[in-house]
Amino acid sequence: MAVHDLTAIELRDRIAAGQISSVDATWAILERINRLNPALGAYLSIFPDKALEAAREVDRKIAAGQPVGALAGVPIAIKDVLCTTFGTTTCASRILQDFHSPYDATAVRKLLEADAVIVGKTNMDEFAMGSSTENSGLGRTVNPWDSSRVPGGSSGGSAAAMAARMCVAALGSDTGGSIRQPASFCGVVGLKPTYGRVSRYGLVAYGSSLDQIGPVTSTVADAALLLNVIAGHDPADSTSVDERTAPVSDYLEGLNEPVEGLKIGIASAFNAGAEPAVQKAVGEAVDGYRQAGAQVVEVDLPHLDYAIAAYYVIATAEASSNLARYDGVHYGYRSASANDYIEVYTKSREEALGKEVKRRIMLGTYALSSGYYDAYYLKALKVRNLIRGDFVRAFERCDCLMMPVAPTTAFKLGEKADDPLTMYLADIYTVAVNLAGIPGISVPCGFDDGGLPIGLQILTPAFREARLLRIARMHEARTQWHTKRPAGYE
Amino acid sequence: MNDLKYNVIVGLEIHVQLKTRTKMFCSCALSFGEEANSRVCPVCLGLPGALPVMNEQAVRHAMLAALALNCRVAEFTKWDRKSYYYPDLPKNYQISQYDLPLGSNGSIEIPLESGGTRGIRIRRVHLEEDAGKNLHTAGGFSQVDLNRAGTPLLEIVTEPDLNSPEQVRALAVELQRIVRYLGISEADMQKGHMRFEPNINLVIERAGTQFKTPIAEVKNLNSFRALERSVVYEIQRQLDDFLETGRTMQMGNKSTRGWDDAHEATVLQREKEEAHDYRYFPDPDLVPVVTTGQWLDEVRSRLCELPVYRQVRYVREYGLSDYDAGVLTADRATADFFEQAVGAGGDPKRICNLLTQVGLKLANERGRDLPGLGLEPSRLTALAGMIDRGDVSASAGNTILPAMVETGRTPESLAQELNLLQKSDAGELEGIVDQVLVQNTAAVADVRAGGKKSQKARGFLLGQVMQKTKGQANPKVVAEILDRRLS
Repeated sequence: MAVHDLTAIELRDRIAAGQISSVDATWAILERINRLNPALGAYLSIFPDKALEAAREVDRKIAAGQPVGALAGVPIAIKDVLCTTFGTTTCASRILQDFHSPYDATAVRKLLEADAVIVGKTNMDEFAMGSSTENSGLGRTVNPWDSSRVPGGSSGGSAAAMAARMCVAALGSDTGGSIRQPASFCGVVGLKPTYGRVSRYGLVAYGSSLDQIGPVTSTVADAALLLNVIAGHDPADSTSVDERTAPVSDYLEGLNEPVEGLKIGIASAFNAGAEPAVQKAVGEAVDGYRQAGAQVVEVDLPHLDYAIAAYYVIATAEASSNLARYDGVHYGYRSASANDYIEVYTKSREEALGKEVKRRIMLGTYALSSGYYDAYYLKALKVRNLIRGDFVRAFERCDCLMMPVAPTTAFKLGEKADDPLTMYLADIYTVAVNLAGIPGISVPCGFDDGGLPIGLQILTPAFREARLLRIARMHEARTQWHTKRPAGYE
Repeated sequence: MNDLKYNVIVGLEIHVQLKTRTKMFCSCALSFGEEANSRVCPVCLGLPGALPVMNEQAVRHAMLAALALNCRVAEFTKWDRKSYYYPDLPKNYQISQYDLPLGSNGSIEIPLESGGTRGIRIRRVHLEEDAGKNLHTAGGFSQVDLNRAGTPLLEIVTEPDLNSPEQVRALAVELQRIVRYLGISEADMQKGHMRFEPNINLVIERAGTQFKTPIAEVKNLNSFRALERSVVYEIQRQLDDFLETGRTMQMGNKSTRGWDDAHEATVLQREKEEAHDYRYFPDPDLVPVVTTGQWLDEVRSRLCELPVYRQVRYVREYGLSDYDAGVLTADRATADFFEQAVGAGGDPKRICNLLTQVGLKLANERGRDLPGLGLEPSRLTALAGMIDRGDVSASAGNTILPAMVETGRTPESLAQELNLLQKSDAGELEGIVDQVLVQNTAAVADVRAGGKKSQKARGFLLGQVMQKTKGQANPKVVAEILDRRLS
């Protein structure tokens, strides 16, 4: 088996057993990136020297019989929204095109401490704002399943790199579906952990109360493995949950044991908004659980209709404040034609921020303005509470919820680029999860007639990632969807 | 002019830098005078991805101030982002507190020049982070030093209850005393630890009608003198302006002014209050602060008798002058030292004199506080006792005290060594007096004759006795013997 055919766990175990060297594995992935990335555009930057150096160190440790980390030798891609002391941290924005971070994000540090080999940083919608990666200011990423289509977004680069096996595992970030939706569009596994489960320190903020880092992998077990490494309290992030409140467990332990007496909640009316192929695939996946003995109950999520409205007020309000720091004064792009400090602000931002980013900054600024605050931001917070309540009530009746990730499969590049509202509305199945802070996963569950992958979304109450992963694994163990590869990327 | 009466109305906003080891939301050390941008990290630089973590010590300090200022303290409070663009503000928002300040509806007693005190209402007390500094010293460029960015600041806002420049100053001074007493700020004016922004206007009564002048806010005053002078200046300027233009307060005609120290004048910065929209909203990077009873009790246990009350008590209880009581209560260490010495059995007035005339001067010369002299309060009490008993003269006491500080020895041994012990033994002194009387019959006759020369002659005889005893005779005892012999 070739390196790119292996899961992270398989590769790690073979490297540890001396069956393959970490350097060879890294070379194999780098070679693949070199060959495939020009057409796919999944990576914004790659670090061959650094990756090989890390690989040599893993090989040295193994040869010397020293203990190695949980990801020893595994080539990993990370979304370019995570700060790294190596290379640039651009957020796919021209305003940070040449920005070098003096520190590593906590999640990155944990990967490195687990002896992972970080091969490169992936493309994304600028500052994670978008659902297609078309809003990248630095490059275009296409879907490996159909190069005329988007990979989804905003973690489109990580999902495309994973689907094309240009990495063995990847990290993305999810503010309103940015891990799950591209995972669905690209036919891979994407996990958004509970808000507070993974430290946000060093994750460049978009919507601070919604952002969460998570794995993009080829299997559920690999997602569990990555979560094992990156989860946990971080004193540098006040919103990361302390171990007493929600202890981190070994997410691989008992992963293959089916959940006995599983009760699945379905909101039929809500799910009916998806296109027929998506409804069919999700329905079949649920049927599979039913055949395995699970019970399916109908649940009502009455306030989810307002989730998109609430999300686009809260996320943009936070973004308008979070992005204020990119002003051309302290770091990043500065306009060459500014004549005074006000122009340093206005021209630098005008010239280096993309259209969608500007749109969201304006939306958020408006929502926070005096006289509008109560009608928009405060109202959105109230809706957010109602949505949280919807989930709490639903989970009183079931162990998990199942629904589509997105109403459609991957759409055409440019198809919705000039229609932001349609683009926003396609986030219907993902944003409520971030508003509620609960964990969600996307696992491959079929294809539409055009051969484009479809994802099944599973949700559980907060901090029940262990159970979420076990439920996802039940589906994966019974199906072969996750083993399918896009043509040309086998 | 003569038919014109006016009242001065001032509300004061004060920023006090808190004494913490590290900044408000990161672990950088507080800074003064270090190389520019040497005390910074990703958090206080506002770098992408960096997150703030609250400094609990700063919250404790701020809560203590709120309690000392009789505020209603919040059981639930939170952090808000205040948005505005300025180069010294790295995130282009300041983490502050908006609608739920740590403390509200408080009061402070300030001493009045006429004696007594007066209560001034406190509107709110909250905590926030400081900005950096813009430097305009590099030719065509401006530079930004972010060492100060993220320093914890306590903001205190009074109601417009102050009615004279003296009261404004008194409040500022009193607040300095309080924060130093509480140990929450060094309140060092030279280091910019306290900054003032008075809001000033006048209510003028002319021919039975009241007029309010437009409010002027003077920004960023960093000395008591500038604060007081700015109010004095504003009163005159607003009076002149009113008489000249008749302008009165209207919506939006509040002006912002700066202070020109060289010309002792306020200078207009912004005529109309700009429609600032700070777009406050709760900072999603920080969790709310919920104050539990136990935590609050812990903070409350650090409260102490406030200086203004202590000062009043010293006058009442110890019979000190208001001035001396003010000197002794100026800082907590001095007052505590004074009370320890009194508690060890010293006469309060005697202890007070030793401290105000010698002790504080010694401390000042050495750049320390009183306890920093290493003097045991009980030894000061011993010295005071020696003076009271007549073992040494008061002036000898002023010589012994510095020697005690210098050598660490007891007042008794020093008095001995320095030959400062007074002879108070009546028997011994009588012999010496008699000798002097025999040797100076002319003077004795002058005393006895009474009249003009009598006082002078008596003084001469006393001087002779002192000379014979090398100044060690207790003048009081000698005078008594002389009077007996010559009557």
